[in-house]
Amino acid sequence: MSKNTGKITGIAGNMMTVAVDGNIMQNEIGYAITGEERLKAEVVKIQGDKAFMQVFESTKGLKIGDPVEFADEMLSVELGPGILGMVYDGLQNPLNELAKEHGFFLKRGAIIEALDRKRQWAFEPLAKVGDVLQAADKIGMVKEGIFDHPIFLPFHFMGDYEITWVKEAGQYTVDSTIAKARDNQGEEHEIKMYFNWPVKIAIKNYRDKKVPTEPLVTQTRIIDTFFPIAKGGTYCIPGPFGAGKTVLQQVTSRFARADIVIIAACGERAGEVVETLREFPEITDPRTGRSLMERTIIICNTSSMPVAARESSVYTAVTLGEYYRQMGLDVLLLADSTSRWAQAMRELSGRLEEIPGEEAFPAYLESRIAQFYERAGLVELNDGKEGSLTIGGTVSPAGGNFEEPVTQSTLKVVGAFHGLSRERSNARRFPAIHPLDSWSKYTSFINNDIIKKAHNFLSRGNEVHQMMMVVGEDGTSIDDFVVYLKSEFLDNVFLQQNSFDEVDGATSPERQEYVFNKIRKILDAEFSFSDKKDARDFFNNLRSKFIDLNYIDMESDKFKIQEDEINNLIKGKVKHAESL
Amino acid sequence: MQKVYNKILSVSGNVITVKATDVAYEELAEITTRRGKSLAQVIKLDNDLVSLQVFAGSQGIATDDEVRFLGNPMRVTFSDDMLGRVFNGSGVPRDKGPELADSLIEIAGPSVNPAKRIIPENMIRTNIPMIDVFNSLVRSQKLPIFSVSGEPYNELLARIAMQAEVDTIILGGIGLKYDEYMYFKNELEKGGALDRTVFFMHTASDPIVEGLMVPDLSLAVAEKFALAGKDVLVLLTDMTNFADSLKEIAITMEQVPSNRGYPGDLYSQLAARYEKAVDFEGAGSVTLLAVTTMPGDDVTHPVPDNTGYITEGQFYLKNGRIEPFGSLSRLKQQVNSKTRADHRAIMDGMIQLYAEFKETEEKKSMGFRMNEWDQKMLKYGEMFESGMMSLEVNIPLEQALDRGWEILADCFKPEETGLKSDLIKQFWPKDK
Ligand SMILES: Nc1ncnc2c1ncn2[C@@H]1O[C@H](COP(=O)(O)OP(=O)(O)OP(=O)(O)O)[C@@H](O)[C@H]1O
Ligand SMILES: [Mg+2]
Repeated sequence: MSKNTGKITGIAGNMMTVAVDGNIMQNEIGYAITGEERLKAEVVKIQGDKAFMQVFESTKGLKIGDPVEFADEMLSVELGPGILGMVYDGLQNPLNELAKEHGFFLKRGAIIEALDRKRQWAFEPLAKVGDVLQAADKIGMVKEGIFDHPIFLPFHFMGDYEITWVKEAGQYTVDSTIAKARDNQGEEHEIKMYFNWPVKIAIKNYRDKKVPTEPLVTQTRIIDTFFPIAKGGTYCIPGPFGAGKTVLQQVTSRFARADIVIIAACGERAGEVVETLREFPEITDPRTGRSLMERTIIICNTSSMPVAARESSVYTAVTLGEYYRQMGLDVLLLADSTSRWAQAMRELSGRLEEIPGEEAFPAYLESRIAQFYERAGLVELNDGKEGSLTIGGTVSPAGGNFEEPVTQSTLKVVGAFHGLSRERSNARRFPAIHPLDSWSKYTSFINNDIIKKAHNFLSRGNEVHQMMMVVGEDGTSIDDFVVYLKSEFLDNVFLQQNSFDEVDGATSPERQEYVFNKIRKILDAEFSFSDKKDARDFFNNLRSKFIDLNYIDMESDKFKIQEDEINNLIKGKVKHAESL
Repeated sequence: MQKVYNKILSVSGNVITVKATDVAYEELAEITTRRGKSLAQVIKLDNDLVSLQVFAGSQGIATDDEVRFLGNPMRVTFSDDMLGRVFNGSGVPRDKGPELADSLIEIAGPSVNPAKRIIPENMIRTNIPMIDVFNSLVRSQKLPIFSVSGEPYNELLARIAMQAEVDTIILGGIGLKYDEYMYFKNELEKGGALDRTVFFMHTASDPIVEGLMVPDLSLAVAEKFALAGKDVLVLLTDMTNFADSLKEIAITMEQVPSNRGYPGDLYSQLAARYEKAVDFEGAGSVTLLAVTTMPGDDVTHPVPDNTGYITEGQFYLKNGRIEPFGSLSRLKQQVNSKTRADHRAIMDGMIQLYAEFKETEEKKSMGFRMNEWDQKMLKYGEMFESGMMSLEVNIPLEQALDRGWEILADCFKPEETGLKSDLIKQFWPKDK
């Protein structure tokens, strides 16, 4: 089929209108040609023979009448071995390779293939001639780092395909033909180690979608214990600027017990990605003994990069996530910030002169957000294995006020809410997840009744604190005062966590259970205090000993010693020692 | 060949339209009116209808005035001859020096490939304890001063510029009052820094639109100096004026506003400028300090709010002091572990105590009885404010840390400070 062409008839910002000769499709890719440069663009609206296209580059210098070439395909990514460890822009251009070719700056119109065409992969065939396969069935296998990476019959192949030829085991590049298959019409197709998939279409080559139940361990205590996330679930982190959204996602990307982590830096600071970019290759993942980068993919479309590509970047990220889920892996996608993505939609919608909704966001904002999170999930694959894609997105509400469209639309669809508060971040109580506002629909590895009780302490402690602000310490009963001290204790030694400390930064589930059990007993215990000062001194002392404990490796002898010290301290004040 | 048109179809706000062909998006045109010449930039193309934003404003534009398209986008001269010179918001000299027309560079160029950035690691010393000790400034950082109007933000900016050891200073003034401009000039002259400074000056009496280009001009020139190996400090004051100009154009173009009249792309527009701050591997750097005045002392106002989401922290100027709460340097942890062993501890410890002082102060104002501990807190708060927070204080980091220990020792027993015992052993003043 010959490809269509058109001519530019209008330009405003990153939106151009194009008079098209022939047929085009929604979300089709086209290239505006100016001099030597080919600027990638996507059809976002069609009206008669006029196409509205968002341009993924600066439109500076484009003229009326400049030609546009259509590609006859939707905006797609390449799926195949070699994605892990890569740093891509929102359209899957590899940034390191772009840097090698073009230096310091992102050259307009520069495109490089997402998958290295020279790299060789050790291919092992699995299918045999005569086998009848369907989309997402395995033809062969390569080893990508520590993972078995199947070579699939491409996901868009519909119906049955009979294998007519398979290449023998050997070292091949991604674009070598490794098999041939005949469809129902008798047409033969060559199959390579990669194929393209349109990013805005969800990959659904699985048998069943299931309810997420198994916790996804992040090693951040307040999350795992109080507001857990689940493999295949969704959660969001709204918070004002500087409250700690990015830091929280950074520690999660490091310590979460997922097979693969995809970091989508969407419209935020380039400097923050650089930290990950430069540090991850140097960090060893204790679970695999390999560099953390080998399980990581970075999609990086930071705030000064083209806005239209920012809109696409979250789709690129989620598509890569779905692809690795097809291999039976647990994938975690962290998007920072979904508000920037929503703003990109708002800009686009404004240029299309659509009727604006609240705060000028388009009316379809809510459904787009829902569709995005809907792509997460725990699935049973066609071979019976399970894979999961978990999505966590930060939200950056204007003025830090959660009563705004992006936060509200997100809260309707996610399974957990980690709300960061200015109050807590100002008080340097990190991670600044507010324990009274946040919630999760998933279950923790710690017994729910115990958590409820602890949570109850936090709200009662808060009430006492509020009251004390009015009546003063003198006007508060000692019993109430002790409730307050206990809730502060729980907050200080368990909810708060020093993300930058080697030991305290990541707490294993076993350790969380162990420590939480200790704390629970202290919360339940009755103490004999002579007065408030006595009580305060005791808890201050206990707190500082406990914080010290948090910094000690659980396997070391020092841990035991510190624990004994804590036990002795408690024994001196508790009414019924046997309850401990 | 340059194309000349003599028929202006519409004038609305500072935007005019003409019918023209073969015009490029963002191309410049020169408009000749009875009042003189002004530059204008193409902001929309619709078939043969071209909308241009007129930098000098549309006052007095006649429908038969001449519009001449220049065939290029906005550019600015770049050379060492710019040092010590003053340009206006169109990049034309506004001092009495000669025209500079060679080696033109495009402004608002592409962004730096994130893969080519390096992690910033060099501290910029300002001799202001609230910065050096508590929120260290780092080379290549982008950081605004959030301020209520009337605060000495330009004084603070000038002082940092003078203390910072940088090769080149670019001062971009947007809607600056003339006496503020003169103040900067005099300060830089006194400090002997004038001949390494370039000014892009848009004053309050200049047409509003002309201020729109100042950040791009300043940053394009800064970027070139940085690529040539210089450490450049860019000062932009006041970015709220810049945002207000954006708002004005957006309203003229009938864009749907998102929040209090500001356009939906305010975040992207501000980010495109702030993200120019960079440390180039193997070359120089661009550090960006800006002023963002907060209308009504409201941080949730769209301009400071969007800015805070973009920059790497902020200095919050209030009552003539940099407030410890609300101020933040997000890059401080990159540098403050390499200065002195007690730096981080003093930073955290003194702020925690100051927070407690604030609570005590509140209790006092509510009439609660002040016990012995409260009295200590009150004394501490007062000493902290005069010895550390006051902008009068002008001492190097090490001296400021020493002073921190002095204040602590004057007010507390060692164990009351919550500081680690090994640091106390090393740094607690011997005579206390
Ligand atoms: N867990 C933490 N432990 C210690 N400090 C933290 C923690 N989280 C955040 N901070 C401090 O707060 C600063 C801001 O955090 P972060 O960049 O994550 O905020 P953010 O919510 O992503 O802000 P923005 O919306 O502007 O991107 C950090 O630079 C750090 O100084
Ligand atoms: Mg962030």
